[in-house]
Amino acid sequence: MFSSLADKLQNTLRRLRGKGKLSEQDVDAAMREIRLALLEADVNFKVVKEFIASIRARAVGEEVMSSLTPGQQVVKIVNDELTRLLGSENKSLAQPAKSPAKFMLVGLQGSGKTTSAAKLAVHLRRSGKKPLLVAADIYRPGAVDQLKKLSASENLDFFSLEQSDPVAICKAGLKFAAHESLDPVIFDTAGRLHIDDELMSELGTIKDQVKPDEILMILDAMTGQDAVNAAVSFNDQVGISGIILTKLDGDTRGGAALSVRAVTGCPIKFTGTGEKVDALEPFYPDRMASRILGMGDVLSLIEKAEATMDRDKAIEMERKLRSQQFTLDDFREQLGQLKNMGSLEQIMEMLPGGMGIPKELKQLSLNENNFTRIEAIISSMTPGERVNPAIINSSRRKRIAKGSGTSVQDVNRLLNQFSQMQKMFKKMGAVDKKTAMKGLKKGHKGFPF
Amino acid sequence: MSLVQQFKDTLTRSRQGFLGRLGDLFGGGEIDEEFYEELEEILVSGDVGVQTTLKLVEELREEIAARRIRERSEARELLEDILGKLLQTAAEPVTPEQPPLVILLVGVNGSGKTTSIAKLAHFYKQQGKKVLLVAGDTFRAAAVEQLEIWAKRAGVDIIKQQQGTDPAALYFDAVNAAVARKADVLIGDTAGRLHTSDNLMDELNKIYRVINRNLEGAPHQVLLTVDATTGHNAVAQAEKFNQTLPLTGLILTKLDGTARGGIVVGIRDQLDIPVSYIGTGEKIEDLAPFDPRAFTAALLQA
Ligand SMILES: Nc1nc2c(ncn2[C@@H]2O[C@H](COP(=O)(O)OP(=O)(O)OP(=O)(O)O)[C@@H](O)[C@H]2O)c(=O)[nH]1
Ligand SMILES: Nc1nc2c(ncn2[C@@H]2O[C@H](COP(=O)(O)OP(=O)(O)OP(=O)(O)O)[C@@H](O)[C@H]2O)c(=O)[nH]1
Ligand SMILES: [Mg+2]
Ligand SMILES: [Mg+2]
Repeated sequence: MFSSLADKLQNTLRRLRGKGKLSEQDVDAAMREIRLALLEADVNFKVVKEFIASIRARAVGEEVMSSLTPGQQVVKIVNDELTRLLGSENKSLAQPAKSPAKFMLVGLQGSGKTTSAAKLAVHLRRSGKKPLLVAADIYRPGAVDQLKKLSASENLDFFSLEQSDPVAICKAGLKFAAHESLDPVIFDTAGRLHIDDELMSELGTIKDQVKPDEILMILDAMTGQDAVNAAVSFNDQVGISGIILTKLDGDTRGGAALSVRAVTGCPIKFTGTGEKVDALEPFYPDRMASRILGMGDVLSLIEKAEATMDRDKAIEMERKLRSQQFTLDDFREQLGQLKNMGSLEQIMEMLPGGMGIPKELKQLSLNENNFTRIEAIISSMTPGERVNPAIINSSRRKRIAKGSGTSVQDVNRLLNQFSQMQKMFKKMGAVDKKTAMKGLKKGHKGFPF
Repeated sequence: MSLVQQFKDTLTRSRQGFLGRLGDLFGGGEIDEEFYEELEEILVSGDVGVQTTLKLVEELREEIAARRIRERSEARELLEDILGKLLQTAAEPVTPEQPPLVILLVGVNGSGKTTSIAKLAHFYKQQGKKVLLVAGDTFRAAAVEQLEIWAKRAGVDIIKQQQGTDPAALYFDAVNAAVARKADVLIGDTAGRLHTSDNLMDELNKIYRVINRNLEGAPHQVLLTVDATTGHNAVAQAEKFNQTLPLTGLILTKLDGTARGGIVVGIRDQLDIPVSYIGTGEKIEDLAPFDPRAFTAALLQA
């Protein structure tokens, strides 16, 4: 596990302290760690090779900022470059002058096309559009029914034809949209393998007939090395204009995002973060970069805390963080606040513009178990231990586990998370004082609590 | 050559059935560092996973040294042995003394549970067994309808409830029905879920307990569907699902694509869960028992 790549790199680069320049040898050693981290994140090995070559050149001779360690400096370079490659700005959907806008969804089997079609429709309706969903998967059992039910439950317009072929369905769908003044039209196609010539050329025919404004490839974020093959083929044979990265609500590192972006040059336009139709979010390249590097957990934990602390406490917390007095007591308090908000989920659902609600807030109730466990563990510590967790040796760990009805592993995990959090805060305190509180200020505006 | 061109070339090569890298790698010449590097690349590119790859290559290195092997061609057999042994399946799948045999399919979203159930139903039906299916995905839109269509095609019966029903309650009824109707095999579907969702994993554990309380020894087989295109995350999936209810095997689906499904090597290596079946298409007959040797050969054929 590369839960802390920065630590590993720091180990590798420990000879270099504080200031100085990164030498060839330092960089060589660091690049090996980065290569492994990217491979573990499922970035394609050829893409990794190119990436390493490009940042290697950048890193050699780089001045180490006084506020960072050499390890952190390398991580920063890698993180910046990854963010740049993933696409620095957020690309929205095409908005053609001619009505209706036509969006076609394509991809491998089970990647999330049908669900994403419904999500897109719900999303576009929020900005006042009247979308039509067209079901063009006549192959998979129940596929048309699936989109029909999703449409019905969301009161969305739906179109399909029985005993017809996908091309005819799409064409008839367009006519229907024109007649009913529906715009945009979203076409859900059947899942297919990129090596299935017959079905791939079917997509080509639909494209020729429908002339979509966007062809979006739906990519499962858990995909491994093969993502590039599918992406290259779809792009080559059909031509894609953007990507929707689904199932990011799991714990996959999602390196396929980088691979596919690298070989198609297409922007990632949205991410899918759940099965429900409102679980569609814009794509954030910086978050994705951290996630691929295995720093995602820490970042999202911080975001969670930021998003829910009340203001005064937050300012106090910020002061503590800066002076590095952030203790386990503070940690527990933050989590306590998060837990109290679990019941607010429904209120949030009713707020307009659901896309803007931080996902960590939406998912709170799901993690209740975790919070209870963490609270129990911290409560079983002595005040001294909470202020200075370094003194918690193995016999203390056993006692705490017993006292809280958890396992030593649970205690270890918590202490680990906590120390990572402390480190992150430390780093942020030094590098970017603004980042730490940005989420908080944004998150609080306009919420009734 | 551009990256994209490289990928296109590899694709054409594998599609035309040319002897790809394996030929080059094991073809001839001395075993040198380059050999190990290339081998590492082949394994990683087949999604074997970084840790497992490093371990396998190390093991091969030791064997090669111990046996004083010099030629690349001799190394091939050795590697196939190591992999073949690692992937060996249990002699016999678990079956109860008395019917019904209860099989439960679990896995992350879209991995191929429902389709694999149809294939298993067909497989047992072909053997003259009386098969009963459970439409246990009461969550996803039209999941019940999807399985119903498959049941019809396979010519087997199905137990279902409305969308939104508690799946554990449905399973309680389904086990009773299987016993009452003297079914030989009961195969149950479950909603797709990510292993990171505690609530949904709890729900799955509840289903397991209900079945187990209702029929001793059941479910006899719990199969996790793993999409062959999945990367490292499949190991975390297998680990979490296995903690929730004891898995007896994997079904490696979608092997008809260009992905080689190497992550099952990692799963076997780290968790010791064997592969039971492979899925090779979307048709009802596209299911085969797992063959470690054939799989190994295809895995190395980069
Ligand atoms: N957790 C999670 N599940 C998702 C997400 N997107 C889709 N799913 C689930 O993934 C499974 C497959 O989704 P579908 O929309 O049916 O996928 P598809 O690409 O249309 O599948 P085929 O038409 O069979 O090729 C379903 O169980 C969905 O609920 C997501 O972002 N997160
Ligand atoms: N090419 C290929 N496609 C497959 C295979 N197995 C399943 N599929 C396809 O993968 C998609 C998802 O399969 P399902 O059986 O619906 O997957 P699931 O796990 O039940 O999905 P959820 O219930 O939504 O989580 C469908 O389009 C299937 O036709 C296979 O072995 N090869
Ligand atoms: Mg679909
Ligand atoms: Mg299913």
